Amino acid sequence: MEETLKIIVLVKHVPDAQFDRHLSGEGHTTDRDESILSELDEYPLEAALQLIEARGGSKAGNKVIALSMGPAGAVNAIKKSLQIGATEGVHLTDDALAGSDAAATSLALAAAIRHLGADGPVDLVLTGMASTDGETSLVPAQLAERLGLPQVTFASSLDVDGGRITARRDADTHSETVEASLPAVVSVTDQINEPRYPNFKGIIAAKRKSITTLSLADIGIDPSQVGHAGSWTTVTSAEERPPRTAGTIITDEGDAGIKLVDFLAAQKLL
Amino acid sequence: MPNVLVFIDTPGQVLKKTSLELLTTARSLGEPAVAFNGELHDDVAVTMGAYGAAAVYRPSTQDLDDYLVAAKAAFVAAAVDKSGATSVLLENSPEGKEIAARLGIRLSAGVITDVVAVDADGTAHKSVLAGSYATAAKVNTPVSVFTVKANSVTPEPALAPSSPEIVTVDVPADAAATAARITAREQKVASGRPDLTDARIVVAGGRGLDGDFTPVEELADALGAAVGASRAATDAGWISHDAQVGQTGKVVSPQLYISAGISGAIQQKAGMQTAKVIVAVNKDAESPVFEIADFGIVGDLFKVLPQATEEIKKRKG
Repeated sequence: MEETLKIIVLVKHVPDAQFDRHLSGEGHTTDRDESILSELDEYPLEAALQLIEARGGSKAGNKVIALSMGPAGAVNAIKKSLQIGATEGVHLTDDALAGSDAAATSLALAAAIRHLGADGPVDLVLTGMASTDGETSLVPAQLAERLGLPQVTFASSLDVDGGRITARRDADTHSETVEASLPAVVSVTDQINEPRYPNFKGIIAAKRKSITTLSLADIGIDPSQVGHAGSWTTVTSAEERPPRTAGTIITDEGDAGIKLVDFLAAQKLL
Repeated sequence: MPNVLVFIDTPGQVLKKTSLELLTTARSLGEPAVAFNGELHDDVAVTMGAYGAAAVYRPSTQDLDDYLVAAKAAFVAAAVDKSGATSVLLENSPEGKEIAARLGIRLSAGVITDVVAVDADGTAHKSVLAGSYATAAKVNTPVSVFTVKANSVTPEPALAPSSPEIVTVDVPADAAATAARITAREQKVASGRPDLTDARIVVAGGRGLDGDFTPVEELADALGAAVGASRAATDAGWISHDAQVGQTGKVVSPQLYISAGISGAIQQKAGMQTAKVIVAVNKDAESPVFEIADFGIVGDLFKVLPQATEEIKKRKG
């Protein structure tokens, strides 16, 4: 009998990158009106589902908890995760969290993960390689440091066996094999799998799955430790760049390659 | 007393350009020192002195490379404590950002990534939301950690070289205890082309290449450029995933970006629209890439690119 797994997948609702995205307000924070589940979070969710399916799924006692921190709208990222197959959802939400930087976010998420471990240890915390809005990639490493857990980041393959994980990481100049013991914080790339889409059965099943709401008080964090007040960095100004405008467009009449080189020479780029 | 610490990891025989850039930025903020991992060659020590490093801090253990990130972060944190530095500069690579991330928690220090400039007062400048906003940010803690993008400054040696003092720093014993271990490492075959993220010129190809990257590679080599690709091209397996430029790949801001056979959908645009000059070649006049191109050619890339390659070779003699 394989071990059962309790996996937390961090999911984030982010502005849809198909549309123009904006910063606003005193803290220059991201507008989240047209938000969706971050595309890069579908990969850790898929990885988690594959791991538990190989162990008999939720019937055998395996869990995939979709955890999201954010305002009311973040619940949509959790609902989507439940439709795709997560077994339960947890929404960490509190007005005081608004404007949290990576350090404050990792503080709150670490406390939430500890809280979720109270009724049985968490084996894996899975995340995407970055959020598609902030794109700093800081949170997984900061979570690992705060939780005192091994960090296995940018995994392009992942095996879990007998309380140990083995992952492959691909960098530009080399590939690595990495090993760590569970529990661990693992971030995965978009090369690790092909995420599934929610099907009709999943959408119906999601309606019966529970979403737990946690406040800062529930996880023992003081409001002064998070949000703008608790962040270690402050965005002091944000200026929208003028959009690029089209330059000269020509149609090839047999000499466009030469004209291209003329253009590069005129720009002193040769 | 040095007050700006630059982390330099295993440079080998010669310091990388990005390290020289970090040292140059460090001098604009104060007196630089280096937290150095790996074998220290004489030439490298001399170069660090030429760039004004007052001290070089080296770890007491030689096995930091065997662990993923955590052990290096513990070393840099110990070097900050020992030197009394108030700013730390690292490369903006994935690993650089992760070391910065953990360093931030260890030192209770704010971290700003993707920095393109740091003012003398510590204000850091960066682009966010795929280059659509330019923001300024400040760290509110006693120590600041910045990861600085390549090509943000021109490397310049110090007016007067220094001879850096070599100091050994004890790496805390807990550094490796909970770290993931790297059990195997495979070098990839080097292409001989510049690194995509740092390259001055990038030539990128997409769906329009229909499996054959030769015209893109030949133009890149004539220009001394790196080769990039759209997600469609890497997903199709025509070229390695490392070459992907875009929201889920690399974000590049070269002097010149030549886009060939790429429609320029938002996912690709997010990776290249901060390039200084954009040239696009596409047979479809309606491609969105033409909305942001400084020079666009509606035409067959299999004719235009080889003609340009020949012309460049001719002019360069």
